[in-house]
Amino acid sequence: MMAQTVTVRIPAALRPQVGDHESIQVGGGTVGAVLGAVCSQYPDFGKRLYKSEGQLNRFINVYLNDEDIRFLDNLDTPVKAGDELSIVPAIAGG
Amino acid sequence: MSFVSSLQCKECGARYPAELRTVCDHDFGPLEVAYDYERMKGKVTRASIEAGPRSLWRYRDLLPIEGEPRTGLRSGFTPLIKADRLAAHLGVHELYIKDDSANYPTLSYKDRVVSVAVSKAVELGFDTVGCASTGNLAHAVAAHAAMAGLRAFVMIPHDLEEGKMVAMGVFGPQVVRIAGNYDDVNRLCSQIADKYHWAIVNVNLRPYYTEGAKTHGFEIAEQLGWRLPRHTVLPVAGGTILPKVYKAYRELITLGLVEDNEPRMHAAQAAGCNPVVQAIEQGQSDFKPQKPNTIAKSIAIGNPADGPYVIEAVRSSGGYGASASDEEILEAVKLLARTEGIFTEPAGGTTLAAAIKLIEAGRIPRDESVCVCITGNGLKTAQVMQGRVEALPTIPARLAQFDELIESLPGFAPAGAATA
Repeated sequence: MMAQTVTVRIPAALRPQVGDHESIQVGGGTVGAVLGAVCSQYPDFGKRLYKSEGQLNRFINVYLNDEDIRFLDNLDTPVKAGDELSIVPAIAGG
Repeated sequence: MSFVSSLQCKECGARYPAELRTVCDHDFGPLEVAYDYERMKGKVTRASIEAGPRSLWRYRDLLPIEGEPRTGLRSGFTPLIKADRLAAHLGVHELYIKDDSANYPTLSYKDRVVSVAVSKAVELGFDTVGCASTGNLAHAVAAHAAMAGLRAFVMIPHDLEEGKMVAMGVFGPQVVRIAGNYDDVNRLCSQIADKYHWAIVNVNLRPYYTEGAKTHGFEIAEQLGWRLPRHTVLPVAGGTILPKVYKAYRELITLGLVEDNEPRMHAAQAAGCNPVVQAIEQGQSDFKPQKPNTIAKSIAIGNPADGPYVIEAVRSSGGYGASASDEEILEAVKLLARTEGIFTEPAGGTTLAAAIKLIEAGRIPRDESVCVCITGNGLKTAQVMQGRVEALPTIPARLAQFDELIESLPGFAPAGAATA
């Protein structure tokens, strides 16, 4: 399967781990593969993103375009070229 | 000089100085204000609190501000009502309503959190405050910003109740309606906080903001004569207030200001948005997000950031949860109005409806004390009751017509009254 190029938006709290980039272009067929590609490029980023193998920290929300990946197929959700993946800390409110 | 010792990650325990920090660097976990309770002992007493102002600032020693409060000088210290008529109706022994529908100045519990957040924003040198909101928070941010002379920028879902939009607009904030639900608004707000140097109360001021919610719990304890209700029922939206009221109770226990009666915390949600109650009922430690669909818009948060902590507080205290349908919510709004003279918004109806279910299920025994926490005012969402109150007859200004009307109304015609 061809790796699709996706834009990953990095929140301020994680930018020091990725050379201060606001976004990164990487390839991968699924959300998990895309995040994995970022992690192999920037290992410190991965340490903060995952609680354990394949399990994101519970206060990290990942959106594929406008949808929370938990409403899709989580890390197995397929991506296509031009998609945008946003990593956003969960926040309080009401 | 406060008693604050640090900000501490609720997930990994990492400690940071108490300054501007949104989340933990290591795992994105939320940060909690930690205090030096040892140093408080003998200084923070029932007497020291009772000598304070009749506002939430009487608990200032247990709040994270360093200088003088900048807003909220009349916020908090809302009525705690012994609800005997409602108690009789429900067949319970000792029932209280903590009534934040009478909070000052914006008639919801949010005056508490915003008083602390805006005071902190001034302390940290911000000139603009903002929030993502389902209405009540935006209303409070707009009013308190006006009081403190700050600019306000509030973001809300596009489909909020008309009354709420006008009520916040009158204070002159920049209101932006987002085409999406609250969870969409919140996501955008998080990205805005990254980019603009504003104090977004529920994002980068969150550790401070959420502490204000404790004052709801402090007041319940003090107004009960320095004791805790055995059961407390609270609504769950983003999940701030329930764990914070629990924290307040435990702080008072730690300081020896109340006896530890093992208070139980119970969660209330609308059936159309109940990720937390569902997790409690299914024995899960984390929730699954939902797309909200309920008349209780102020608590329609399908992805509650503090949901895991609500589940933890409910479970570790021995409490439980219940959810209510829109129909049950509106009936409970009416019941509270007709037994206690309190008009709450659908969120309050949700809390009462859930409390009734917990009583009926035996989760709250009828002979134990219970406090139902009402967090918002019905006048802001009055239109939801349209068609649920009796018809309003119009008659000519003539006594004969009035007599005729009275004859037709059950329960009003005086026995043997002269109709001459």
